Amino acid sequence: MFKRLALATALTLSMSVSALAASYTIDTKGAHASINFRKLHFNFSFLTGRFDTFSGKFDFDPENPEAGSVSLEIDTNSLNTNHAERDNHLRSEDFFEVSAHPKATFVSTSIKKTGEKTAIITGDLTIRNITKSIDLDATYIGGGEDPWGNTRQGFSATTSFSPADFGMPHGAAKGTVELSVEAEGILDK
Amino acid sequence: MFSTNASYGIVARVLHWGMALAIIAMFALGLWMRELDYYSPYYFIGPNIHKSVGIILFVLLLLRLVWRLIDKQPSHEGVSSLQKRLSHFVHWIFYPLLSGLMIAGYFISTADGRAISVFGLFDVPAVINKKGMEATAGLIHYYMAFLIIIIAALHAGVALYHHFIVKDGVLTSMLGSKRSNKIET
Repeated sequence: MFKRLALATALTLSMSVSALAASYTIDTKGAHASINFRKLHFNFSFLTGRFDTFSGKFDFDPENPEAGSVSLEIDTNSLNTNHAERDNHLRSEDFFEVSAHPKATFVSTSIKKTGEKTAIITGDLTIRNITKSIDLDATYIGGGEDPWGNTRQGFSATTSFSPADFGMPHGAAKGTVELSVEAEGILDK
Repeated sequence: MFSTNASYGIVARVLHWGMALAIIAMFALGLWMRELDYYSPYYFIGPNIHKSVGIILFVLLLLRLVWRLIDKQPSHEGVSSLQKRLSHFVHWIFYPLLSGLMIAGYFISTADGRAISVFGLFDVPAVINKKGMEATAGLIHYYMAFLIIIIAALHAGVALYHHFIVKDGVLTSMLGSKRSNKIET
């Protein structure tokens, strides 16, 4: 009797937890999301760029953020540093080799809360078919109802890594690139 | 100045050989500059020369087309009508191929709205500002360059064949010889 009750309670709890960790689609359609990067040009200044096309989803429960998850799929061909010739070079074998690797992905593996609104999202970043574990420093910005009947949650996250670690052979891939993700998700209906 | 039945005139010859040299050099420069390291001193000079010469070649190509339409052509008697039709096809196909190549190259450099500076003397502005098209334009430019060089090699091979095997005046008509290309009997 007690066993059955415990099982029922556990089931109910797990169901309620998964119900609360609702699923969101990152609002790339409305462009309330961006993936940006910057890297030192020699040691003179920061070059900035972005990926214009990507998609992503996340599961988020405000009461239990560590149970959440996030995944991103980036169209490497859409990289944009506002310079056509440089972007063609970045798409070449020297860097992203987009013909062979049109997608880069990030899939979270764990989330650790570090403060009231901050967490470290650890996950697998795959570029050029090479997967490395990286940590994103994430901040929860806010969430709630928008005027059009959707529920939204928004985050900001940054990380840094060396592109050379992902097999980019060009000399300019050495050194550190800083990546930032601004993402607003809409609750799936 | 104009061509005769026997040989091409000075304008046609200068345009032909000048552009032939420049196009082969541009092919080599294009391949070479893509391999340059970012820290190479030629990293910017190479592409700048390539783009500047490309714009000049496009103007020359248009002038050459106009000249081709008003100039007469050597008659090359003794060449079969099938060969004439083939050579006509090859000669004419260079115009759409070269202009396509040059326009694709122009679209690589101007996709982000930046103008092309011709040796710093004047700017050719962007007409289509469509970021992203540089990827497709780059592929078209790359493959058309190889196609053109292959056809040019064929064209040169046929010219040498005429000169050394058939021993007619086809090649010399472009070299400036005033000798009649009529086959003496």
